[in-house]
Amino acid sequence: MGKTLSDKVWEQHVVRTATGEPDLLYIDLHLVHEVTSPQAFDGLRLAGRPLRRTDLTMATEDHNTPTLNITAPIADPVSKLQVDTLRANAAEFGVRIHSLGDLDQGVVHIIGPQLGLTQPGLTVVCGDSHTATHGAFGALAFGIGTSEVEHVMATQTLPQARPKTMAVNINGELPTGVTAKDVVLALIAKVGTGGGQGYIVEYRGSTIEAMSMEGRMTICNMSIEWGAKAGMMAPDETTFAYLKGRPHAPVGDEWDAAVAHWQTLFTDPDAVFDAEVTIDATQLTPFVTWGTNPGQGVPLNAVVPTPAGFADPVEQAAAERALEYMGLTAGTPMREIKVDTVFLGSCTNGRIEDLRAAADVLKGAKIAEGVRMLVVPGSARVGVQAVEEGLDKVFIDFGAEWRAAGCSMCLGMNPDQLAPGERSASTSNRNFEGRQGKGGRTHLVSPLVAAATAIRGTLSSPADL
Amino acid sequence: MDKFSSHTGIAVPLRRSNVDTDQIIPAVYLKRVTRTGFEDGLFAAWRNDPEFVLNTPAYAAGSILIPGPEFGTGSSREHAVWALQNYGFKVIIGSRFGDIFRGNSGKAGLVVALVDQPVVEQLWALAEETPGVEFTVDLATKTITAGEQVFEFAIDDYTRHRLLEGLDDIGVTLTHEAEISAFEATRPSWLPKTLPAKVAS
Repeated sequence: MGKTLSDKVWEQHVVRTATGEPDLLYIDLHLVHEVTSPQAFDGLRLAGRPLRRTDLTMATEDHNTPTLNITAPIADPVSKLQVDTLRANAAEFGVRIHSLGDLDQGVVHIIGPQLGLTQPGLTVVCGDSHTATHGAFGALAFGIGTSEVEHVMATQTLPQARPKTMAVNINGELPTGVTAKDVVLALIAKVGTGGGQGYIVEYRGSTIEAMSMEGRMTICNMSIEWGAKAGMMAPDETTFAYLKGRPHAPVGDEWDAAVAHWQTLFTDPDAVFDAEVTIDATQLTPFVTWGTNPGQGVPLNAVVPTPAGFADPVEQAAAERALEYMGLTAGTPMREIKVDTVFLGSCTNGRIEDLRAAADVLKGAKIAEGVRMLVVPGSARVGVQAVEEGLDKVFIDFGAEWRAAGCSMCLGMNPDQLAPGERSASTSNRNFEGRQGKGGRTHLVSPLVAAATAIRGTLSSPADL
Repeated sequence: MDKFSSHTGIAVPLRRSNVDTDQIIPAVYLKRVTRTGFEDGLFAAWRNDPEFVLNTPAYAAGSILIPGPEFGTGSSREHAVWALQNYGFKVIIGSRFGDIFRGNSGKAGLVVALVDQPVVEQLWALAEETPGVEFTVDLATKTITAGEQVFEFAIDDYTRHRLLEGLDDIGVTLTHEAEISAFEATRPSWLPKTLPAKVAS
């Protein structure tokens, strides 16, 4: 029997296998940020252990960093301490770091691909649940906790129980105005937040093959939102073209050797997955969330659902709680929901293609009265590129705030937060209670829907303009 | 890590599903650089709600938490495990958990006991019938004793072994150093390295 893509990458990284033990996997790339690393560095220090492979490790500052006045010291003393701690740890252990103000600083999942460090067939980990983003290149990438961060620092390996495999088959041409974000929101609404638990999923089919690397990353990024261990896609010419010429992409003979290996990374025709899900892309429309988990989503042209309509009593209770928290009434058309804030950014939708798509919709328009819009590039370099293309001017002329790079309002660890009761249309990945600020209410949307919503002030798609 | 064999403590019914790690501890509480002091952030948004279960005096000193399905989904923050431990929880009993949360718990010494949702419902009923009642969770026999009733729970064998023995995961892996070095020697030269740093011109 043939092997799946994830079987191949997994098996190529097994350092040790023994009965009754999880496999010991080698880790090719370890990305580090300030929130989930200080206790891991402390652990190394306490045990007197070195960091085994500094040349496979890279750090950046993203969660706490401000997006305004970035040359001034960080105002919040505890945020400053956490960032300063990362800087000190990186210096002490010899880890490469891209700090605030550096051109390669940014959200950790944006800068790995941007630098060409994320490559097909690698194992990539980070103390961050959105690490599956890197799976868009055919890497086996997953989020880990701080104890595991320390484990990787000390040993460059991780003991891992082998997950099952699942295929998500997505076929057909996406209708106009429907994006990778809508695909993944529709998928999560279909399978639920726990639908992928225990699986490494492979997204495949003609829709994925036709998609840009940016779109592929958006889909893999949200694998954790339906519980999957990791999300992957087979590398192809689109992947190779994206990588070629990036700072850490191989060159010359090494490029040829790498491509020859990358071309073996696909699911064999006779391989069998433990589970399969199918999505017909031609039937999709812009998708938005109404509740407090990413599985609580509906098409934009639908209405807020009625809790009694859920057969499962647990889902029914969750829906009742969600409507109360969100301040919504069942039956209200989603298009009539008024927002206070629009957030464009994050590791889900903070890449250049996302900014271009939104700017294209906003060009020449004015922001709706009473709405504020934050545009936060995923990395400093994405910001520079946007400025070179004049996108910053489009956003500023429209009435949006053009900010510096970071995680920002996706999780509100820096000053970019919703006030209690405020409602956002956000291109980020989580609509959890309080995620964007205590009492804040989040609707997850695509960049196109975010832009159209900023123009009309209510959840909208470009087709409504 | 300390060895875990059995624990007896007050059972706390948390009748909510999809309690993600942002709800266990919101991001603004993640800024400490230690593994301690996170108890203030535990369930921060609910702690001012008098109806919240931990605000009921009989449950306040609880050490066995029984949440609804999909507990600990979302963010990888191990701070969620530390916050539960810092508050005093030793065991979480539930039917479905986020993978990363479950992994983090095993590493940090918080026991995650898996039971079917109907068992969760029974445990909720027992814990609510006599608020403050103590249950006993025994890792060696994989059982939960609640009054006269005994329920079996599941936990993967390797995690159970590590918890029972109090093993240091890193120490165990480092005993395989020769295998790690041998593997490293086979890695192709074209694989990326972060050092020396290269950046776009």
